[in-house]
Amino acid sequence: MAVGRKRISCPPYAEGTPISEEDISKRRVTFFEDHPNLVYSWTAGQAMSRFLNELKNGRLIATKCEKCRRVIFPPRIYCELCYKPIDDWVYVKDTGTVQTFSISYIDPDARPLEKPVIVAVIAIDGASPNMGIMHILDEVEPEKVYIGMKVKAVWKPENEREGSITDIKYWKPLEG
Amino acid sequence: MEVEIVKGLKFHKKQDVAIVGAGMTTFKRRLLETPKELSYLAVKQALEEAGLEISDIEMVVLGSAPDAFDGVSLKEEYMLDGAGGSDRPFMRYFVGGGTAVFAPIAGYWHVASGLADVCLVVCEEKMSCCHPHPQSAFKYIWDPILERPLKPNLIWIFALEMQRYMYVNNVKHEDIALVSVKNKANALDHPCAQVAEKITVEDVLKSEPMALPVRRLDVSPPSDGAAALIMVAPHIARQLTDEPVWVTGVGWCLDTTHWTNRDLYFPRYVAEAARMAYRMAHITDPRKQIDVAEPYDPFDYKELHHMEGLGLAKKGEAPILTREGVTARDGDLPVCPSGGLLGVGNPIAAAMGVKACEIYWQLAYRAGKRQVAKEVTTGVCQAWGDLMQIGTVMVMSNKR
Repeated sequence: MAVGRKRISCPPYAEGTPISEEDISKRRVTFFEDHPNLVYSWTAGQAMSRFLNELKNGRLIATKCEKCRRVIFPPRIYCELCYKPIDDWVYVKDTGTVQTFSISYIDPDARPLEKPVIVAVIAIDGASPNMGIMHILDEVEPEKVYIGMKVKAVWKPENEREGSITDIKYWKPLEG
Repeated sequence: MEVEIVKGLKFHKKQDVAIVGAGMTTFKRRLLETPKELSYLAVKQALEEAGLEISDIEMVVLGSAPDAFDGVSLKEEYMLDGAGGSDRPFMRYFVGGGTAVFAPIAGYWHVASGLADVCLVVCEEKMSCCHPHPQSAFKYIWDPILERPLKPNLIWIFALEMQRYMYVNNVKHEDIALVSVKNKANALDHPCAQVAEKITVEDVLKSEPMALPVRRLDVSPPSDGAAALIMVAPHIARQLTDEPVWVTGVGWCLDTTHWTNRDLYFPRYVAEAARMAYRMAHITDPRKQIDVAEPYDPFDYKELHHMEGLGLAKKGEAPILTREGVTARDGDLPVCPSGGLLGVGNPIAAAMGVKACEIYWQLAYRAGKRQVAKEVTTGVCQAWGDLMQIGTVMVMSNKR
């Protein structure tokens, strides 16, 4: 133990060498580039498989826990609060309430979008309070969206559905 | 917040834990140095401040966020030697953004349990490796089945949470923008700052829209950087310094990834983590007993959201305290005197440099130009992460 060698100094000293995007694009610094090409297949699991298959029929399904009396959406095969298997499967409505929303001008890679996307958390009618999913709103002007707005799912035509959350194209205001 | 007083010894520990040194590199959008080199620079500063050598370090804790940024799997093993971890017990801890305070919490376990008398905590992040923008790596935190097909951007969850916070508490964007103005100005005094500047509320409200209500100046930037802390047992602290800073409470709490099943206006998991830390630190009235705070501020509204979670303000009261100047560096409750993530930069885990390290420097009266005006005894730092689900809290005091 280096006892008593304490010097009175006060970090931080801001060490490190800033470089710019241009230093990389013009190869002014030494670097190595790689493009990993990884392919994944995520199995949907028990609860989500049933949920996705019901989407093909144009229906939303939830699960129910008799102990805490919650209708759980999106469905899972266990109740995470009671930590027990769920008791039943129940259909919920394809209408809901906007809990919160955002008007997004950027895509997943932070590149600007030409037309903004309206994204919302929608609490589903028939499920317990606050049980919602994230989805897209359309057929509405961005400035007309408000928290508490009632919305309805707009489904893809039946022959185009493939068992994906995008089988719902978007949600639109319930009353025109 | 109501906190019960602890009766008897609820939290058993072998020994108290003191912090005797800290260090951090500069935070910048791109740094030339590798993760190993950045870790080395931060550790060297912390050792120097503590008056220790690497041979004195018994165990090492590393914090770093998703491997996807670096493109190196098991990056803790990769950067271990730079972080001073070779040939000693070494472990990586990771809870997304929450790592900035969770890594020091893990360091605390090492010393409080008596397993180590001297523990080094290192946090490193290099977000610039991921091209063209680290946002592309954030795609992989979304649920692959329910959410990723909708082509989300990480900013969305913040925008949705901010909107809900504004709606429930009836807060205007103008009030939230004040946080960005304050933190970016505070950062002017931080030698490591990336985006320190004098701006106005007007600038924030007119900046480029990202995912409304979030605009460019509401957001902290991605950064490269590293930070380090040294935690020791009391008999070691006594030999090194007359003014150690003690860790008096730690708390952490995680909620599920079903973030769309929560009311987003209040971070309940942060409140739970704070309750745990306050019970350990015997804090019953955080607003009165805490002198300086570093809540996690990746977005301006997040500072307010987290102040309320930490019980430093009642629900909806944080914007009022900010407007009245209470949270300014010379105010009654300085919040983010470092400049926070909004001003200094946001290298996910390495944000420890402006959270845990800053509270240490403030309580040791070593923060230089950033030192708050009031007399300080107790401080709290907090971090948050992933899909609206993690709160990590540490309380420190310069009195044992």
